[in-house]
Amino acid sequence: MLTYIIRRIFIMIPTLIAISVISFIIIELPPGDFLTAYTAELSMSGEAIDQVELESLKKRFGLDEPLYMRYLLWAWNFLHGDFGHSFEWNKPVRDLIGERLAMSVTISTCTLLFTWLVSVPIGIYSAVRQYSWVDHFLTFIGFIGLATPNFLFALVLLWVSYAYLGMNVGGLFSPEYSEAPWDLAKVLDLLKHLWIPVVIVGTAHTAKFIRIIRGNLLDELKKPYVTTARAKGLPETRLILKYPVRVAINPLVSTIGWTLPELISGIAITAVVLNLPTTGPLLLRALMSQDMQLAGTFIMFLSALTVLGTLISDILLAWVDPRIRYEAREVK
Amino acid sequence: MEESREAQKYLDASTRQLIWWRYKKHALAMIGLYLIVGLYVFSMFCEFLAPYSKDTRHFDMTYASPTKIRLFDDEGKLKRPFVREVKMDVDLKTQQIRYLEVAGTHYPIRLFVRGDSYEFWSLWEGNLHLFGVDAPGRLFLFGTDRMGRDLFSRCLYGSRISLSIGMFGVALSLLLGLVLGGVSGYVGGWVDSLIQRTIEVIRCFPSIPLWMGLAAAMPPHWHALKVYFMITIILSLVGWTDLARMVRGKLISLREEEFVLAARFAGAGHTRIIFRHLLPSFTSHIIVTVTLAIPHMVLAETALSFLGIGLRPPITSLGTLLKEAQNVTTIALYPWLLIPVAFVIATVLAFNFVGDGLRDAVDPYSR
Amino acid sequence: MATILAVENLRVHFFLDQGLVRAVDGVSFTLEEGKTLGIVGESGSGKSVIGQSILRIVPPPGQIVEGNILFQHQENGATTQIDLAQLDPWGKKARSIRGREIAMIFQEPMNSFSPVHTVGNQIIEALRLHQDVSAAEARNRGIEMLGRVGIPQPELRIDAYPYELSGGMRQRAMIAMALVCNPRILIADEPTTALDVTIQAQILELLRSLQEEFRMAILFISHNLGVIAEISHEVMVVYFGRVMERATVSEIFKAPLHPYTKALLESVPGIDTPVRTHLATIEGTLPDPHMYIRGCPFFGRCGECEGNTVCRDEPYELTWVAEDHYVACPRICVPM
Repeated sequence: MLTYIIRRIFIMIPTLIAISVISFIIIELPPGDFLTAYTAELSMSGEAIDQVELESLKKRFGLDEPLYMRYLLWAWNFLHGDFGHSFEWNKPVRDLIGERLAMSVTISTCTLLFTWLVSVPIGIYSAVRQYSWVDHFLTFIGFIGLATPNFLFALVLLWVSYAYLGMNVGGLFSPEYSEAPWDLAKVLDLLKHLWIPVVIVGTAHTAKFIRIIRGNLLDELKKPYVTTARAKGLPETRLILKYPVRVAINPLVSTIGWTLPELISGIAITAVVLNLPTTGPLLLRALMSQDMQLAGTFIMFLSALTVLGTLISDILLAWVDPRIRYEAREVK
Repeated sequence: MEESREAQKYLDASTRQLIWWRYKKHALAMIGLYLIVGLYVFSMFCEFLAPYSKDTRHFDMTYASPTKIRLFDDEGKLKRPFVREVKMDVDLKTQQIRYLEVAGTHYPIRLFVRGDSYEFWSLWEGNLHLFGVDAPGRLFLFGTDRMGRDLFSRCLYGSRISLSIGMFGVALSLLLGLVLGGVSGYVGGWVDSLIQRTIEVIRCFPSIPLWMGLAAAMPPHWHALKVYFMITIILSLVGWTDLARMVRGKLISLREEEFVLAARFAGAGHTRIIFRHLLPSFTSHIIVTVTLAIPHMVLAETALSFLGIGLRPPITSLGTLLKEAQNVTTIALYPWLLIPVAFVIATVLAFNFVGDGLRDAVDPYSR
Repeated sequence: MATILAVENLRVHFFLDQGLVRAVDGVSFTLEEGKTLGIVGESGSGKSVIGQSILRIVPPPGQIVEGNILFQHQENGATTQIDLAQLDPWGKKARSIRGREIAMIFQEPMNSFSPVHTVGNQIIEALRLHQDVSAAEARNRGIEMLGRVGIPQPELRIDAYPYELSGGMRQRAMIAMALVCNPRILIADEPTTALDVTIQAQILELLRSLQEEFRMAILFISHNLGVIAEISHEVMVVYFGRVMERATVSEIFKAPLHPYTKALLESVPGIDTPVRTHLATIEGTLPDPHMYIRGCPFFGRCGECEGNTVCRDEPYELTWVAEDHYVACPRICVPM
C-alpha cells in the first residue's frame, strides 16, 4: 500500500510540470508583456512612471530573458511561494488568492459530500426498485438536472427567489459579516449561505451519480455472489447493503478524479452568477483586465488541486477495493 | 406464420435498419430527434422564419413584454389571431416603463409578409417572412431587449450560431481525436504514451477556467468572426480528448482481431486497414460520442459568452443573449430575457436523448 | 431410508415481456437421506430452476405457480413436514432453512464469492447467521471447516480474498461455506463445470467423503453424464422443464429407455470408444421456450418416433415401468 502511494505521487510530478507549463503559456498568451500594458495604463491615468520600479519588475520577472528562462524563473518563484504581482490590484498575487482558494475548496468538498449523501441512497433505491414510478420519476429529474448547466440553474434560482420570495440568495455572507473577522457567528452565517451554491453545483452531479450507481448496482445484482449470499439465508436488505452496494460503490470512488475538475469548473462560473467570494469572479476579472499573473496562478492552483484530488481518490480506491491493492502488488 | 415472416425480416435486415428499428422503440430518443431536426430547421431558415431581423431596433419599444396574441375582438367574436397596437407608458408610481394596448386597434397575424430585408445565407436578398403583422402593430413573441430588438428573432439567430459552434467544434475535435487517437492506438509505443499523458494533463484542468484563460487571451480588437473561429478552435482543443480515448481503446482492442490480421496477411497496407477495416467497425461508436459531445460544446460556448469572454456582438448566440440577463434586478423586471435558457436546455436535452438512444441501439449485445 | 424431500408436480413459470416460459413444468421426485440424486439436462432445460425453487431463490419474474416441496424440517429436535412452496420466500422461516438445513453451491467459483470480502468473512457470516456463536468461535469453526475441505493452511487462507485462491480452492471454500452449518441437503448446481478435469475428480471425491461424514442428501445438477455417473445413486433426466426418465444410476446407464436418454448416452465418449469414431450428436436444439408442447417435447428431434403424432399429442406423463424406473415416452408408455 505504501509503495503504491509513493509510486502514485511520483506519477503526479510530470503531470504537475505539464500543468505549470500550460498555466505559464496562458500567462504569456496576451500580446505584449504585461509591463507594457501596465505602463500604458499608468501613463493614461496620468501617474508618473517610476523607472526604478519598472526596472526592478523587469528583473524580477526576467522580461529580458528568453521564454524558457522566464518559465524557469516563474516556476522557481512559484515553488517558493512568490506567485507574481497583480497589476490591477497592485498587490502580490499571494495576498489575493488565499481566502478565495480556501472558499473554493470548501464549496467543492461540501458539494462532493452533498452529491454522495444524496445520490447513494437514491441510486440504491432506484436500482432495487427498477422501473417503479419512483425510479421513472428520478430518471426524469436526472435528465433535467444533467441538461441544465449550473450557471443557468443559478440564474433561474436567483430570479425565482428574488422575484417571488423577495430575497437575494447571492453571496456567501450576509452584508454585516462579509468584512468581519472570522468567528463562530461568521462561520454560521457562511453555512446559512453555503447550501445554495452546493445545491446548484451538486444537482447535475447528483443526477449523474445516481445514474452511475443505479447502472452499476443493476449489473451487480445479477452477479452470482448475490445468489450465493441469498442462498445463505441473509435478509435481503442486509444482503444488498453488504455485497452488491459495496462493490457498486467502488467505481464511484474513482470518479472523484474526474468530478473534481467539473465541480471546480461549475463553481467557478456559478460563483460569477451568484457573486461568491471564491476564485471564479476574481479569475474572470483578472482575465478581462489581462491581469495574467493573477489569472495564471488561479488556473495553476485549481488544476493542481484537481491533480491532488485524483491522487486522493486513487488512494481511497486502493484502500476500499482489495482487488486494486492486489494488482498494485502484482505490478511491483 | 406471421411470426416467422417477422423473424425473416429481421434476418434480412441490414445493420443500419436494425439500428433504426431499435432506435425507434426508444420514445425519448425519438422526441430528441424531432427536437434536433426542428432546431436545425429553425436555425437554417431563421431569416425567413423570424419576423424581424436580429438587429432591427424598435426604439420606442425597449424591454417590451411578449405581445399578447388575441383571438376574440371587443364584441367577443372569434377572429383569426391578431394583436393590438402597443404604446409605451411610464408608471408614475414605480417609475417603471410599461406597455399598454391601444383599444380598438386590430392587426391580424398574416403569413408570408414583407418585412425587414435580409440576405439569405448571404446569397439571396429577400424580405419575405413566414409571419408578421402590419405596422404600426408589432409582434414580439418573446418580448424585446434593452435596445428594443425582438427576442424571438434573436433566439432563432442565436441558436444558429450556438448550434453551428457545436457542429464545427465537434467536427474539429473529431478530426483531432481521430488522428491523435488513431495514431496513439495504431502505432503504440512511446507515441502512444506521449499522447496519453497529454490527454491526462488536459483532463486534469477544470475545463471552464482553462477555456476562460485561452479565450481571454484574444485581443479585444479582433473582428467578431475571427473570435468565432478562435472560440471554436479553443473548445475543440480541450474537447478532443474523449474522442481520442474512445478511438484508441477501440483500435487497440480491434488491432488483434482476426479480421485485421487476415487483412494484414493478405497484404493490405496500413491506410487500407485503418480505413477499410478498422474505422467502419466503430463508426457507430464515433457517432454516439459525437452526439454526446455536441451539447458540451454548446454549453461551453454559452458559458463563455455569458461571462463576456466568448463571442462578442454583433455576433448573436444563445450565450450573448443570456449575457443581457446577468443582473437579478433586470431579470426580475423583464423575466422574458431568460427565455434563451429554454433553448439551451432543449438543445442539450435533445442531444442527450438522441445520444443515449443511439448508444442503446447500436450495441446489439447490450441487454 | 427416510425421505427428506419430496417434490410434487412442481411448476415454475417465468412471466417475461415476450410471453410465458414454463421453466419447470410438472416435476416430481423424492430425495432420500444420505443419497445423491443427479439431475441431468442440457442448458436451458430448467434443471437449475428446480434447485433454486427448493431454496426459494428463483429470480423474478420466475414464480412457483403450482406444486409442493415437502421438506422434513427439524427444529429443536422435533421433525415437522413443511411445504417450502407455500413459504414467503423472503420470510424468516424460509431464510432460517436456507443455508442452515438446505445449502447450495454454484458453478462459478470466481463470481460466487463477493470479490471485496475475504473468504473467511463470508463463511463466518453464514455460520453466525444461523447459530448463536461468538466471533472468535465462528472463526475457529471456519478454519476447521476450511481444513476439512482440504484447504492447506486454513488459518491463513481464511483471510484471503477470492481472487487469491485458485479455482479448485475457491470451490472447496464454497463447499466449506455451504457445509459450515451442517445442512441436511446440499444442492450442487454444476459445481465442477468450470474446473479442470483433475480438479473435478478431486471435488467429486471430496463431496462423496463429506456426504458420508455429514450424512447429507445431495441434489447434484449437471449437464455432464460422466460426472453424474460418478456421484449419483439415482438419476433424473430433464428436458424442456420435464422429467423424461428417472432410474437408479446403473439402470440409466445399462438400460436406458427414453430416446432422449439414449441419445445423451451416445454422445458421451466412453473409455472403450475407439479413437476417431464419430460421436453421435443430437440433431436440432431445444424447442422455443415460449412454446407449449402438450406431448413429448423431444418429438421432432427424436430418432425413434418417426413423426408419430401420438408422441406429439399424447399428454405428458411420467410412468412406472420397472422398480425405481420411470419414463415419459408415449411410445413406451402408451399402447399403440
